[in-house]
Amino acid sequence: MAVSINKNGQKIWAVRDRNAQLTRWFVYFVTVAVIMYCWQTISEATTWFFVLDAPRIAGDIGGRAMPPKWSYINELWKPLWDTINIATIGTVLSLIIAVPVAFMAARNTTPHQKLCRAPALLIIVSSRSINSLIWALLLVAIIGPGIFAGTIAIALRSIGFCAKLLYEAIEEIDEKQVEAITATGASRWQVMAYAIVPQIMPSFAGISVFRWDINIRESTVLGLVGAGGIGLQMQSSLNVLAWPQVSLILLVIFAAVILSEMVSAKVRAAII
Amino acid sequence: MNASMTASRKWRKPPMIKNPLMRWGLISGCLIYLVLAFGSFDVNWARVYEGLDRGWQFILAFSKPDFLSRKSDIIDGMAESAIMTITSTACGILISIPIGLGAARNIAPLPVYLVCRGVIAISRALHEIIVAILLVAIFGFGPFAGFVTLSFATIGFLAKLLAEDIEDTDRSQAEAIKATGASWWQWVTYGIQPQVMPRLIGLSMYRLDINFRESAILGLVGAGGIGATLNTAFDRYEFDTAAAIIIMIIVIVMFLEYLSGVIRARLQ
Repeated sequence: MAVSINKNGQKIWAVRDRNAQLTRWFVYFVTVAVIMYCWQTISEATTWFFVLDAPRIAGDIGGRAMPPKWSYINELWKPLWDTINIATIGTVLSLIIAVPVAFMAARNTTPHQKLCRAPALLIIVSSRSINSLIWALLLVAIIGPGIFAGTIAIALRSIGFCAKLLYEAIEEIDEKQVEAITATGASRWQVMAYAIVPQIMPSFAGISVFRWDINIRESTVLGLVGAGGIGLQMQSSLNVLAWPQVSLILLVIFAAVILSEMVSAKVRAAII
Repeated sequence: MNASMTASRKWRKPPMIKNPLMRWGLISGCLIYLVLAFGSFDVNWARVYEGLDRGWQFILAFSKPDFLSRKSDIIDGMAESAIMTITSTACGILISIPIGLGAARNIAPLPVYLVCRGVIAISRALHEIIVAILLVAIFGFGPFAGFVTLSFATIGFLAKLLAEDIEDTDRSQAEAIKATGASWWQWVTYGIQPQVMPRLIGLSMYRLDINFRESAILGLVGAGGIGATLNTAFDRYEFDTAAAIIIMIIVIVMFLEYLSGVIRARLQ
């Protein structure tokens, strides 16, 4: 808040004083300049003729895709089942690794600040920064195409996410309960089992369901790089330009994602 | 209390799900599902065993990442990813704000609310790669398709969280502004905006980080960015170049996370 006085001696109220306002304008100016520069670079790399022609092409593709080929659905049940399995088993595997990592990364439970906490944080950030599709690409090159590669890819990507949310939950626990259990003469593991675990159990369940829901969405595209699931069908349909099949697959994916999101929201509402 | 009574009343940890029928039902349902799921899992262990050697080579590649032999490709790819990230985040924020306002039940009328929520649902349900495939088919190869994809994905994320934040705002502040006779615009700028601004900035920084990570995969389907370089490196089994790219992505994401942490700490 700042009050300035104008020539006539009247007080004028403003939200910020002059220096703060000038700094603000400068930051805005730099931001806009950077964005405009970036936009110009994209614009140069774009064939604007194609972009201007886009509505016609979109209409054309839409027209070809429009009555979805309903009979194709019989070939989609198995890939859909695979997709759900990739997401679920991937989530379970990731949780098995994420729990110890989270306990090592949380300030109040880590055995050693430097030797355990730093590597755990490194695992979390590297797992989080690499998209599951890149993990899948890598695993397909290493262990061959198939559901297995997809499951491991999902698991590797989820470790960071689950461990990060879980260790934040561990750091927010009520220390009084820990103290009370410690005062009874409980060992380190008993404190863990009776003071810490019951407190983080609801957030653990919430996090796993939340990640499962995200993983369903991610596993629908893993097939594009050969890692199994419904994406495989989509890739082959796209390769032969079978647009009615593509539109059906998109509808199935849409339904699966919405359903999983509803399930996850229901479960989380029941827990919290 | 005598000894026999304490012995018979042993304390047990209360279970998390109170209803025993539901508890055992859930447990057995999960077990049956896991058996079924693992049953339909056919892993070619011979192939996995063969691949372990290659996997080990890839892990070794991280000890000697090769930044130099594909230097120009890596620089071009990274620059394109960064440019796509910045423009699409900016564009996404600009579009998310009106949609977020429209999707907040306490300030928008019902028809507007439903339309905005619909846009958000579609954007959230479709994975970026699927959107990118369709947009590459429509706009042609290049960063423009990636830019539109990321902007679209930003809307689903940012508008949803912004709308939820607006719905959680303190009513009395907004009412106080309204009581001064403010117009709708003044009401939103002075009553609502100051309450949601810190969180909006925090979320935008977070989305910048996500968009960068996503831009790394859009190249797989031809929508520009570092993904194309990474894909080529994998296809040619140039693991040391791939390791270099992955290390760069991790470092940039860590830096962005640190930056957003600093900015969020200063705002609060």
